[in-house]
Amino acid sequence: MANMTSAVSFQKVSRHFGSVRAVDGVDLDIRSGEFFAMLGPSGSGKTTCLRLIAGFEQPTAGHIAIFGESADGVPPYRRNVNTVFQDYALFPHLNVLDNVAYGLMVKGVAKAERMSKAEEALKLVQLPGYGGRRPGQLSGGQRQRVALARALVNEPKVLLLDEPLGALDLKLRENMQEELKLLQKALGITFVFVTHDQGEALSMADRVAVFNNGRVAQIGTPEEIYQKPQTRFVADFVGSSNVLPPDFVKRYSGQNRWGSLRPEAIRITRATSGDGVPARVLSLHYMGAATRLALDAQGLRLNATLPAGAALPEQGESVVLTFNRESLHVMEDGA
Amino acid sequence: MRSDPNGRAPLPLKLAAAAGLLFLHLPILLIFVYAFTTEEKSYQWPPPGLTLQWFAVTWNRPDVWQALQLSVQVASIATAIALVLGTLCAAAISSSKFFGREAISLLVILPIALPGIITGISLRSAFSLMEIPFSTWTIMLGHATFCVVVVYNNAVARFRRTSGSMIEASMDLGAKGLQTFRHVVLPNIGTALVAGGMLAFALSFDEVIVTTFTAGQQQTLPIWMLEELIRPRQRPVTNVVAMVVVLVTLLPILAAYYLTRDGDQIAGSGK
Amino acid sequence: MTTAEATRSNLPTILPPSGGILGALSDLFWRRPTVLLVVMLLPPVLWLGVVYLGSLLALLIQSFFSIDEFSGLINREFTLKTYGELLRPANLDIIVRTVVMAALVTLSSAVIAFPIAYFAARYARGKWKALFYLGVMMPLWSSYLVKVYAWKLILAKEGILTWLLSKLHLTALLDAWLSLPVIGGNSLSVSFTGTFIVFVYVWMPFMILPIQAALERVPGNLIEASSDLGATPRQTFRNVLFPLALPGIVAGSIFTFSLTLGDYIIPQIIGTSRLFIGQAVYAHQGTAGNIPLAAAFSVVPIVVMCLYLWGAKRMGAFDAL
Repeated sequence: MANMTSAVSFQKVSRHFGSVRAVDGVDLDIRSGEFFAMLGPSGSGKTTCLRLIAGFEQPTAGHIAIFGESADGVPPYRRNVNTVFQDYALFPHLNVLDNVAYGLMVKGVAKAERMSKAEEALKLVQLPGYGGRRPGQLSGGQRQRVALARALVNEPKVLLLDEPLGALDLKLRENMQEELKLLQKALGITFVFVTHDQGEALSMADRVAVFNNGRVAQIGTPEEIYQKPQTRFVADFVGSSNVLPPDFVKRYSGQNRWGSLRPEAIRITRATSGDGVPARVLSLHYMGAATRLALDAQGLRLNATLPAGAALPEQGESVVLTFNRESLHVMEDGA
Repeated sequence: MRSDPNGRAPLPLKLAAAAGLLFLHLPILLIFVYAFTTEEKSYQWPPPGLTLQWFAVTWNRPDVWQALQLSVQVASIATAIALVLGTLCAAAISSSKFFGREAISLLVILPIALPGIITGISLRSAFSLMEIPFSTWTIMLGHATFCVVVVYNNAVARFRRTSGSMIEASMDLGAKGLQTFRHVVLPNIGTALVAGGMLAFALSFDEVIVTTFTAGQQQTLPIWMLEELIRPRQRPVTNVVAMVVVLVTLLPILAAYYLTRDGDQIAGSGK
Repeated sequence: MTTAEATRSNLPTILPPSGGILGALSDLFWRRPTVLLVVMLLPPVLWLGVVYLGSLLALLIQSFFSIDEFSGLINREFTLKTYGELLRPANLDIIVRTVVMAALVTLSSAVIAFPIAYFAARYARGKWKALFYLGVMMPLWSSYLVKVYAWKLILAKEGILTWLLSKLHLTALLDAWLSLPVIGGNSLSVSFTGTFIVFVYVWMPFMILPIQAALERVPGNLIEASSDLGATPRQTFRNVLFPLALPGIVAGSIFTFSLTLGDYIIPQIIGTSRLFIGQAVYAHQGTAGNIPLAAAFSVVPIVVMCLYLWGAKRMGAFDAL
């Protein structure tokens, strides 16, 4: 394979449904072997992008290449790409083993071989011996694993996951995040993961693309996305950063641009005056490991988090806020 | 109306419901008694005696056999046509939203929603305008037209319950169109189609109003019975045939119920 | 999966087209989903659109033709003359008689069906529920002619009903009823009363399932809330249950009304010599050979049903179908 640099590349890809621009001129490069997350609110175009890679949708304009080969006009069954669906889409009339072996069956793999491969795949997702059951007899987490095995048994070049953890409860979800990450590292397959949960995207992915209104707002590592959001939307959507208006930012950085400041970067001094930004405490929210404070800094609403054990001001108290200059991030959004 | 698990029905309600059901079932049960009566000339009750002889007499009647054969033939072919048309229509209606979708679902229901006599006379006047002679084929044409809706109703209900992403999952796993149809679509809608087909068969097998307009000299079993009702020739034979017809139509109904019982109930409410 | 590591790089990312007509068709349907939609819709739409709608149109056209009274031939010129004939007293009689009968049958069906539907929706559970369902479905799907025949046996002068009434010493009551004008007659099987009973019997099952469906959508706590607020059972029924069940009743009445309007076999076998619309249609197209009048007659139920459906739609009856 000559060009292994990108697993999936989008060139000015658009997908319009009537007047709705679900995907609007997206350029994207997903590297081979990486865990790539597509993050965004519902309707932002992330799922449509996934469906474009799978071949369930065709671009209205632009081109998609998978491992350097053009996917234009190629139906899903001719793409060596597999999907784990949000509702798992297991076949209710087949047992677990036949579900997993389905892809091999339609490709004409001999029965004995496909059964042993399917059994192996079930072992990989820690469901050995579940082959004889019906999908209806499994729990949500187990169904999710079967869906994963059913996709992986085909040895796809790219594995697409459409909000696969959305239907699971919190504990199970955290376990699965861990497991998926390990599985991806072990297999070395490119994973493309769609989610609206920023915590999930940041903790699992090597790189994240943040979608908004059918466009990519920012692509980068989780650190880049979190620390250096390029737009107000990204700052706001990823981790509820404080978005600061240009006149505020100008005082500290000299640039007339929007800026962002992480809640945990704000320090609070209990004083009525001093060096810093005077503010009033509006409310306190205890969150276990930290306490979140809502502040009013002369008309500007700010959030700050204090670690457990720190001295807490009282509601209504006047305080002074300080922060390091370097934690103030200046965004590309102009005034 | 899910709650009230320990609620007991008030007695008047129980009695009214029971009386209503008895009203529905007793007359049919009566047919079973009359099939054994020794009385030939009248509908006398109670029967003066019971006999099995009319079963033998009926068995040896060629006109009954011919009518039965034609009915089965018509119902089979009408059902086959209805299965193809109803399934295609249901698949199209449930696969996407397109302009005119509502109009098409109305068009399917129309042959049943309008009184049978209108379907009948419409077809008859169209046949005569186009100078098509009446034959077994004109009967089938009429039957297939109103049987489509039965298959359609069953198939649409099943498609609605079937996850749309299953077809995508199949294609995603490498199955081409025909493979997806054979391995995923068919197994999932199969029982609904069999149920719809059985109901369509029962509907066609029993149909008389449209048939009187679209048949020439051919006699289906209901037409034969109608003749006997208007101009009785041998009443005990009619009694036996009536009983057999009840038993024969019962089987597909029970089978259809069994096949669709979890989920899309009311499979046959749109007769 | 260790073998997978080794083989992965050998597998192509994009598989070549499989070739063959089926493969090409499969690709085409994916590339142009509209083509698939058209292919699926074409046969049923052609069949129903051409065969059925075409026939209805042919019927409609014929109703504007007229018959030459001397030669008995059909005059293919557009005229409203045939519709004018409908307004003759004799024909108007037929229409009014049929519509009144359909309305009475619908009303009685609703009254008989309601307790069954209510019981099935609110009290029947599990096995009983299935039994109720079958108990309604089986008579509904039983042979129409056999059902009519059964009533011919029951209503005959020498039949079971007369026998039963004489055993109960109620023969005088039956005779009194039969001596009434219009609804009476020689025996029940040749009276309007007989026609009415058989109509109700044959079409009533169509009323049960829609009412049951509508009632099942009523949350049980609504009824508890009503009685909790101090309503008597009668008030609960009138103010809560009945309004909520009404769309179901209307949906069911579409069947009972339409089926009664168009039936010509029941009044022919059990009834008087006075005609219903269906019989008039049948007679005019058959022996009389007056197809235009038959066509005009059959437009009447279509118009009545259209008005009825329009009213039913406004009451939200179609959600209960």
